[in-house]
Amino acid sequence: MSLKLVTRLILVGGLTGSSLALAAGASPEMLSQTCAACHGTNGSSVAYTPSIAGNSEEYFVDTMKAFKSGERKATVMDRIAKGYSDDEIAKMARYFARQPMKPMRQAYRQTQVSLGKELHFEYCNKCHEDGGKKADDGGVLAGQSIIYMQHSMEDFKAGWREAPKKMRKRVKAVMEAHGQQGIEALLNYYGSQQ
Amino acid sequence: MTTINRRNFLKLSGGVAVGSALAGCAGMNTGARKKVVVIGGGSGGATAAKYLTMMDANIDVTLIEANKNYHTCFMSNEVLSGVRSYESITFGYERLAARGITVVHDMVTGIDAQARTVTTKGGNTFNYDRCIVSPGVDFKWGAIEGYDAGVAEKIPHAWKAGPQTVTLRDQLRAMRDGGTVIIAPPGNPFRCPPGPYERASQIAHYLKYNKPRSKILILDSKDKFSKQGLFVQGWKRLYGYGTDNSMIEWVSAAQGGKIEGVNAGAMSVQGAVESFKGDVINVIPPQKAGKLAYVAGLVKGEWCPVNKQTFESTIHPNIHVIGDASAASKMPKSGYSANVQAKVCAAAVADLLNDRAPGDPSYMNTCYSVIGEDYGISVSVVYNYDKQKNMIEKVKGAGGLTPKDASKMALKRESQYAHGWFENITDDMFG
Repeated sequence: MSLKLVTRLILVGGLTGSSLALAAGASPEMLSQTCAACHGTNGSSVAYTPSIAGNSEEYFVDTMKAFKSGERKATVMDRIAKGYSDDEIAKMARYFARQPMKPMRQAYRQTQVSLGKELHFEYCNKCHEDGGKKADDGGVLAGQSIIYMQHSMEDFKAGWREAPKKMRKRVKAVMEAHGQQGIEALLNYYGSQQ
Repeated sequence: MTTINRRNFLKLSGGVAVGSALAGCAGMNTGARKKVVVIGGGSGGATAAKYLTMMDANIDVTLIEANKNYHTCFMSNEVLSGVRSYESITFGYERLAARGITVVHDMVTGIDAQARTVTTKGGNTFNYDRCIVSPGVDFKWGAIEGYDAGVAEKIPHAWKAGPQTVTLRDQLRAMRDGGTVIIAPPGNPFRCPPGPYERASQIAHYLKYNKPRSKILILDSKDKFSKQGLFVQGWKRLYGYGTDNSMIEWVSAAQGGKIEGVNAGAMSVQGAVESFKGDVINVIPPQKAGKLAYVAGLVKGEWCPVNKQTFESTIHPNIHVIGDASAASKMPKSGYSANVQAKVCAAAVADLLNDRAPGDPSYMNTCYSVIGEDYGISVSVVYNYDKQKNMIEKVKGAGGLTPKDASKMALKRESQYAHGWFENITDDMFG
């Protein structure tokens, strides 16, 4: 029996009693609102820190679990993710998936945007659809913090964060054709969408 | 019952939503719209007012704050070092008002817990169904001989960001190269436990590039302090700590660092053993709950006891106390704590006003400190509520400090995320 199922059974058991609120634990809103001081009101960051609104539930859960296990290297999120149960992480995932991501207003290099756009539709749009606005498997890229995306690319390169096989291939292809400048152009294209 | 006449009310609210607001004044729980008065527009109060309007559009929220602008204590140390401007830590209440919150700039003179009214210096009375108080800290004047509110104009505490932040910054700018800056942090508990040490770091950053022969002397009332290992490591790397040329010297209480008196004329402070002379002196006095908490009779000891699930006062029902003034152990007195407590409190108030049992709270706190350029450190804790003990307990196996072996790259990222935190928390409060 999976832990999740056990939790669910305990929850169902709790529902028959009078202590519904107690058994349910903190609400998705309550849990998620504590993140806002760093990640912005309802998960849309206004500077530097990544926005976490609008991602798929699966992506949020996978990310938090990777922080929790240490599989993905972090500055503070590894310490924070360990404070939440799988059930709490699932609640936050549901909450943030429902919040529209407001693009960050940030500085970007205008001169790189057109190359970035071109590269995006050549290499990335198959998964990061609609110019990076959609997020089925990955995070929302359009309007995401450029600094954070730079960190992520450094982490993928260093092996501190696992990239899907498809993405590794595509990033390699961009690097071969355009070098680091190609990556920078992509990030500026995503950051330019405001 | 209302003592706000129409003319006054129009003046206060700018004429917005007068009809609906006045309709709610007729009785305490009879009208459809409930009234919440939030007092204090800092991290706790501003956040509580905003989140209440987000959680329940049927609650009329009035925010009473004496000042037109708020200056955040967090990141004010970067104003001292000149890394950021004073304007960048200055915030107004326009965007909260645009959310439909009635923002009143007035000084609260009393809260009548029985009548459920708040009275102000401006002569107005506000009714409430529930009141949220976030008065911050006050200083224990008299704890240090020769140091009072008057002397603090010349020897600033700068522990409530505002004009004194500018005074201290300008004193540092005017100081000769080779001068001594004294920082005297208080004993626990106090607002922003890592703050004095971040302040020393930021001042050292300024001196390193502008007045490199100068020194900082930290005369402490404690024998250890928040994130000590990480601060000392950073000071060694950036400011020569521990060498003959160290820019920073820390004197613990046991070594005679606790100061007992201030001589403003001689620009010196008296320790247990010797006296120390400074070119610039920054005394951070010991603290207690903000004045309003005392006026309203919400204090036991020096802080306000609360039910930590709802932050309702255990002394006066229907009044909630959040932020630095509340006894919210084991959360530290920080801007992040106040921001989170405001949300826990707002959710509970919305539940209680709708006859629902308050839900389970969740709390967390992250305190970043910026030690120098591209050098940030942090402590982070996730908390749960222990109903039996009425205690906010750390979730075991989680949280903690920046690792001692963090790479340069990781420390740089932490400084970037520290600034991201500042932009986001202030937007979460005032946006």
